[in-house]
Amino acid sequence: MKLYAKTAHELHDMLVAKEISAAELTESVLAQQAATEEKVGAYITTLADEAMAQAKAVDEKIAAGEKIGFLAGIPGAIKDNICTKGIKTTCASKMLENFVAPYDATVMTKLAAENPVVVGKTNMDEFAMGGSTENSAMKITHNPRNLDCVPGGSSGGSAAAVAAGSAIWALGSDTGGSIRQPASFCGVVGLKPTYGRVSRYGLVAFASSLDQIGPLTRDVTDAANIMNVISGHDMMDSTSSPAEVPDFTKALTGDVKGLKIGLPKEYFGAGIAPEVASSVKAAIEQLTKLGAEVTEISLPHTEYAVSTYYLIAPAEAATNLARYDGVSFGARVEGADIVEMMTNTRTQKFGPEVKRRIMIGNYALSAGYYDAYYLKALKVRTLIQRDFTEAFKSVDVIACPTAPTPAYKIGSMVSDPLAMYMMDISTVPLNLAGLPGISLPCGVAADGLPIGLQLMGKPLDEMTVLRAAYAYEQTQDYHKTLVPEGGAE
Amino acid sequence: MKYEAVIGLEIHSELKTNTKIFCGCATSFGAEQNTHVCPVCLGLPGVLPVVNRRVVEFAIKAGLAMNCEINHFSKFDRKNYYYPDLPKNFQTSQFDLPICEHGYVDIDTVNGPKRIRITRIHMEEDAGKLVHSGSTIKDSDSSNVDYNRTGVPLIEIVSEPDMSSPEEARAYMEKVKSILEYVDVSNCRMEQGNLRADLNVSVRPVGETKLGTRTEMKNINSFKAVEDSLAYEIQRQIEVVEDGGTIRQETRTWDPNKGITLSMRSKEEAQDYRYMPEPDLVPIVTTDEEIEEYRKKLPELPDARRARLVEMGLTAYDAGVITASRAMAEYFDAVVEGGADAKLAANWIMGDLSKNLNAEGKTITESPVEAGRLAKMIALISKGTISSKIAKTVFAEMWNCPDEPEKIVEAKGLVQITDTGAIEAIVDEVIANNEKAVADYKGGNKKAIGALVGQVMKASKGKANPGMVNQLLAKKLG
Repeated sequence: MKLYAKTAHELHDMLVAKEISAAELTESVLAQQAATEEKVGAYITTLADEAMAQAKAVDEKIAAGEKIGFLAGIPGAIKDNICTKGIKTTCASKMLENFVAPYDATVMTKLAAENPVVVGKTNMDEFAMGGSTENSAMKITHNPRNLDCVPGGSSGGSAAAVAAGSAIWALGSDTGGSIRQPASFCGVVGLKPTYGRVSRYGLVAFASSLDQIGPLTRDVTDAANIMNVISGHDMMDSTSSPAEVPDFTKALTGDVKGLKIGLPKEYFGAGIAPEVASSVKAAIEQLTKLGAEVTEISLPHTEYAVSTYYLIAPAEAATNLARYDGVSFGARVEGADIVEMMTNTRTQKFGPEVKRRIMIGNYALSAGYYDAYYLKALKVRTLIQRDFTEAFKSVDVIACPTAPTPAYKIGSMVSDPLAMYMMDISTVPLNLAGLPGISLPCGVAADGLPIGLQLMGKPLDEMTVLRAAYAYEQTQDYHKTLVPEGGAE
Repeated sequence: MKYEAVIGLEIHSELKTNTKIFCGCATSFGAEQNTHVCPVCLGLPGVLPVVNRRVVEFAIKAGLAMNCEINHFSKFDRKNYYYPDLPKNFQTSQFDLPICEHGYVDIDTVNGPKRIRITRIHMEEDAGKLVHSGSTIKDSDSSNVDYNRTGVPLIEIVSEPDMSSPEEARAYMEKVKSILEYVDVSNCRMEQGNLRADLNVSVRPVGETKLGTRTEMKNINSFKAVEDSLAYEIQRQIEVVEDGGTIRQETRTWDPNKGITLSMRSKEEAQDYRYMPEPDLVPIVTTDEEIEEYRKKLPELPDARRARLVEMGLTAYDAGVITASRAMAEYFDAVVEGGADAKLAANWIMGDLSKNLNAEGKTITESPVEAGRLAKMIALISKGTISSKIAKTVFAEMWNCPDEPEKIVEAKGLVQITDTGAIEAIVDEVIANNEKAVADYKGGNKKAIGALVGQVMKASKGKANPGMVNQLLAKKLG
């Protein structure tokens, strides 16, 4: 198998055993990037020279006999809404087309201690608003499994890069499913940690109470290892959890005997494609064979989750994105006076979906509408959280499809934002409740597109989620067959 | 018809923490533009605020000193409006759960003491400063923004509309300033904008219980402007009403040069701030134990200190003047501790010392005459070593040199003459040379003795003990 098609843990072992060099590995990934990028379009910024320099530094460490971190010398990609000092962070927006952050996000600082190789910044829906990466102001990203299809979103570039072999691993962000859904569409593993598990400092805010950074990888083992690197309390993020961080790889036991899995009936209703439902049910069947116990549960407020999400997220976005005004950073479109300058800048530099959400958000917060919309949404959010608290009294994890369908054709949904929003039905409740969840491949639809299984856990219990995911992963070989093909040597 | 004014104040006070409210940048005033900034206070993409615990501590102290209840559960909110000096285009402030509520301060009015209720005290961040290319915003082609002040912590103290005259409003603001200085949470330098007020005022016929329509004047930053702008605005409103007009609810600006208020924007143009809970910060939880700890650490406050000074024999007025500023009250205490008589100490502090300080634009902590030396000088007066008159000379000397008063008195030969023989000789000479005054006195004009005392004092270069001079003259003129 080509190096670029392997997992990070396989490559790490090979580096430690000196079977390969980091330079050799990076060359392989960069070559694959060069070969696929024109068709896939996963990246906004590629960093070939910087990547080679990082790889060589790791090789020197290895040659000097130094101990190396899990990600040392392993090429990865960073979603372009995570601030990287000295490298452009565009959020796939004309507003930040030339924005270079003067500081590193906390996750970048944590990664840096591992000496990874960063091969680029990935495409996304503008300011992470969307589920197909079609809202990028920079380019369209194609699903490497079927180039006519979307990669999902908003972390579509990160998922596509991992699926295409132009990165071994990637970081994404998940506000309403933006890691899990593209992972599902591209046939990779995507983990959204508990809200507060990973610092948000340096993640360009979309909806502050929902956003969370997490890994996209080829398998569950890699996800657990990257969680070990990026998790933990951060003084710079008041909402980050002070809870102790476990060694997530200890969850990779394969043992799920007695594990109680809940199947929420609301997640298997109308709108779920039959092949998705059957794949997910087959996966759950596999887990029962390993000794897990399955019970049907109810999360009664699920039907309100999308409406609730599309009030809270835009309301937070409306204020978070108020800072893009052309005054002191980012794009500026001149005008006769300050008001006109700000208006021109925001009118011309934000894309249509961003403007739509800013308008929804400001409307929901306006005098006279606040109680009816925003405040009501906060109350429903509490009810949704209670649904989960109640459910988790009797089960350890909750299993359901990640998305109602496999990836759809590029352009097929753009004219119907409401239908697009409904695609988030099985991912947004988790963000509203702040819980951890994972998506991993559990099947392939008739047209060759991957299907994702979503497993959700209790607050700060990524361990159980990873344990169940890993145990299931060992029973099948989707993660082995869904590897990048073709490209260059 | 007779009218009364109804006035409420929103006072903004910058807190004297070393660092800003949500980041580690320095708060000091007067630094080079845009040097006290970082990604957080510049509101760059991706940054998050972290609450400076000192700000919470200072706000609680101010609240306790103003008799507020401290909320056990308090949170921050975003107040949304677009302005170029506000990098995030929202101000992180507090909306429905402020840190302090339901307090009061007492002020003196012409009708006696009056209680002014405080609705709430909340914490928020200050904005930056616009630096216009021209002298005013209207004749400027461009403006730069200095973000040094962005994120400097503020508390906003909101009163109930309990004041009914410009004088009361001034007295209230002076009292608030005094308390903030006592609890040591703000420098209260009004010329630097540390303390500024928004004034809300309406008028109504005396006896009417319904409130009239109010207007608001923003960013008033001197006591004089508080009084003057309110006096003007109250008169303006009365005239409008008397002419059969109606008051528009609006924001007006005070033009101190012309002494008038001008309409700035009406209520219809007012902002909808679209407040929402700040999702990047966790709520502030304060326990009863913490509140009691802060309460125990409060210093003696102006009202208590004033009562103590009255007990020491000062008049209520003098005690009020001395205790209005914590620094002056502490200076006073130090002078008394140094052995000076309390009343004399008050007279000297409010008299020559204040006069000299004002003339040189110094604060009492910068006084060249330290409390210890002033105490010693006052002790010399009390012992009769020098007269009050000579003391003025000694004080002037002390202002310009670091010598002890005893040394100055000795070096300049300023010791009071209390030797009866020496004074008698001068008295005899004066009687001999002032026949007319002596004749007037003997003829029944007892006031004529004043001229003679003056002559004796002059002849003795002010060193004769005035009491003894009086006694001797009266005896000799029999």
